[in-house]
Amino acid sequence: MAENKIRLRIVTPVRELYDKEAEMVIMRSSIGDIGILHGHQPLTTTLDYGFLRIINGDEEVRATIFGGFASVDSRGITILSDAAEWPDEIDVQRAMAAKERAESRIRSNDGNIDIARAELALRRALIRLEAKEKK
Amino acid sequence: MASMRDIKRRIKSVNSTQQITKAMNLVASSKLTRAKNRLMDTRPFFQETRKVIAGVVNGSKGISHPFLEQREVKKKAVILITGDRGLCGGYNANVSKAAMECVDDINNVSAVTVGSKGREFFKRRGVNILESYTGISENPSYSDALKIGQLALDLFTKGEADEVYLAYTEFISTLSSEPKLIKVLPVDVNEFTDDNTDSEQALTIYEPDEEAVLEYVIPKYVNTVIFGAMVESAVCELGARMTAMDSATENASEMIDTLNLLYNRARQGAITQEITEIVGGSGIYD
Repeated sequence: MAENKIRLRIVTPVRELYDKEAEMVIMRSSIGDIGILHGHQPLTTTLDYGFLRIINGDEEVRATIFGGFASVDSRGITILSDAAEWPDEIDVQRAMAAKERAESRIRSNDGNIDIARAELALRRALIRLEAKEKK
Repeated sequence: MASMRDIKRRIKSVNSTQQITKAMNLVASSKLTRAKNRLMDTRPFFQETRKVIAGVVNGSKGISHPFLEQREVKKKAVILITGDRGLCGGYNANVSKAAMECVDDINNVSAVTVGSKGREFFKRRGVNILESYTGISENPSYSDALKIGQLALDLFTKGEADEVYLAYTEFISTLSSEPKLIKVLPVDVNEFTDDNTDSEQALTIYEPDEEAVLEYVIPKYVNTVIFGAMVESAVCELGARMTAMDSATENASEMIDTLNLLYNRARQGAITQEITEIVGGSGIYD
């Protein structure tokens, strides 16, 4: 059923993560989760931190995406992100360390610390850990 | 004619120089292969980002955004990407010269440099250097590009620069490269107009809306341009070093050949002279 599939490309500045067909792609856009099927209307959207789910029949593959944007047109979906990775590539220890560091920064109440940045780091760490757990 | 000992000393010194240039050539060429692969990996991201901007710009005529706005140019900023080290032919000098093209009045220009050669170049000419990054030009990472991109955007939005230029070296092939000077900010809308003329553009939905997408995509684009330029320049630097070292090695070989000839001639001369002296001293012909 190749005609019901949509081509998906995930590109980051340093590599091309994915370039294959999928039945459905669910991504976390900045206004909520959206699922894209074959024949979707052209769309350009910014992405939030979260999971990208690639569904092929009964099979579901996940990737973590941290920001970026997606554009959908007749050629398929193109996702451009600063950072994207597969769950296998996540280093749990590093994510744990990042989580603790971010938490202690947020708690510290130090005026010099950029809380917004620490919160983003915390969200990244939590998403990475969740991705690892669900695998 | 120089004495035999002098010639021998020269041969030795040229020989050891040749060994160094040969080693540098090998190092550069092995690094070059890796750098080229990296360059290939960064290209898709750049092209796709461009496509999206083209889509937004073409799909919504007359869109205005601070990053697209042309202002009266009073102050300029230039980002110069060079290497940290020399011995790579005209690589650093050429790109620095290209950067000077946008400098009409030294007092109105501030510079951001990558690589110590670029920093020295602007320092000598008395251009105000805002920020300089060293130790990253051979192996640039995306986070370095983000820092520089952020700096460029800040300069532009705060009005400290009305135009931001980028000087880098474009990779054509291993043997040839070309220094380039491009304007990064404000983003020139006309550059994108003939990229993509799909009819589906008009139907595209933008979420949350066009402005928000543009607001997000343009900084990304600037970062990508800078990152791409850094990676490309790194490849060019290695290519230039390889070529320079290759010809240096060849020149050394030629020099050794000439010196060997001179040495043999001197040796022969000395022998002949000795024989003449012995014969003369023996008094046979008296």
